[in-house]
Amino acid sequence: MNLTLTEILFFVLSAITIISGALVIFSRNPVYSVLYLIVTFFAIAGHYILLNAQFLAAVHVIVYAGAIMVLFLFVIMMLNLNETTEPKTALWSKFAAVIAGLTFLPLLVGALKTSEAVVMTQPQNSDIGLVKTLGQVLFTDYLVPFELSSVLFLSAMVGAVLLGKKSTEETN
Amino acid sequence: MSAIQIIPIEWYLTLSAILFGMGALGVMYRKNAIILLMCIEMMLNAVNLSLVAFSAHHSDPGAQVFVFFIMAVAAAEVAVGLAILIMLYRNTGTTDVEVLNRMKW
Repeated sequence: MNLTLTEILFFVLSAITIISGALVIFSRNPVYSVLYLIVTFFAIAGHYILLNAQFLAAVHVIVYAGAIMVLFLFVIMMLNLNETTEPKTALWSKFAAVIAGLTFLPLLVGALKTSEAVVMTQPQNSDIGLVKTLGQVLFTDYLVPFELSSVLFLSAMVGAVLLGKKSTEETN
Repeated sequence: MSAIQIIPIEWYLTLSAILFGMGALGVMYRKNAIILLMCIEMMLNAVNLSLVAFSAHHSDPGAQVFVFFIMAVAAAEVAVGLAILIMLYRNTGTTDVEVLNRMKW
């Protein structure tokens, strides 16, 4: 079986994604979970590059690995969470979770297998992932959702600040 | 030669399903609320990956714009979720979701 370079890249990236994703779940220390999640996100960014979605790969690295994960790491270090503060899970609960998760997986894969084969048009232009194409679509067809997302960000910012600050009765 | 001509879309969908299943397993397996948020991020990423695969195979940039919006919503969700977590930690001194069982009654 001869593998092309692209297939080798796909398998290596998939292996990194799945292994580090499993380590996110099963590592005891929350800081290690965050670091493994960053590895997962970088592998997914590699998948985006393989799929010719260069702009999304860049945004993914900037937003997820850059902003969201720093936020997670900051909160974990501020709350000083480590292995000793980790909540204990009962053994039967872990057992039930693993069984439920492992039965969910074949369900999804089986649903994929039994679904009708999608007739794919042969992809012609491979530059749909570039900033120029995406920007044209974003600012013409999807202009209203784009403006609405700014309202979402404003409300999220107000909510985060309100929730995060100490109440005035507490400080007085 | 790019990946969309070589790698069938079923492989990407299977990888996405595995990633989503692992995120769901993590939500059931862990009790730390921060790890639960991280597992939700993993499930969102699985959906994003399948959307990008569909977009590349259909030569349709609409799905990639959709992924862009999902990332924006995820960022807002994490900001609010972590603020709620900090408030929870300030009130209860732990991030264990089992403490939050008072809404059952």
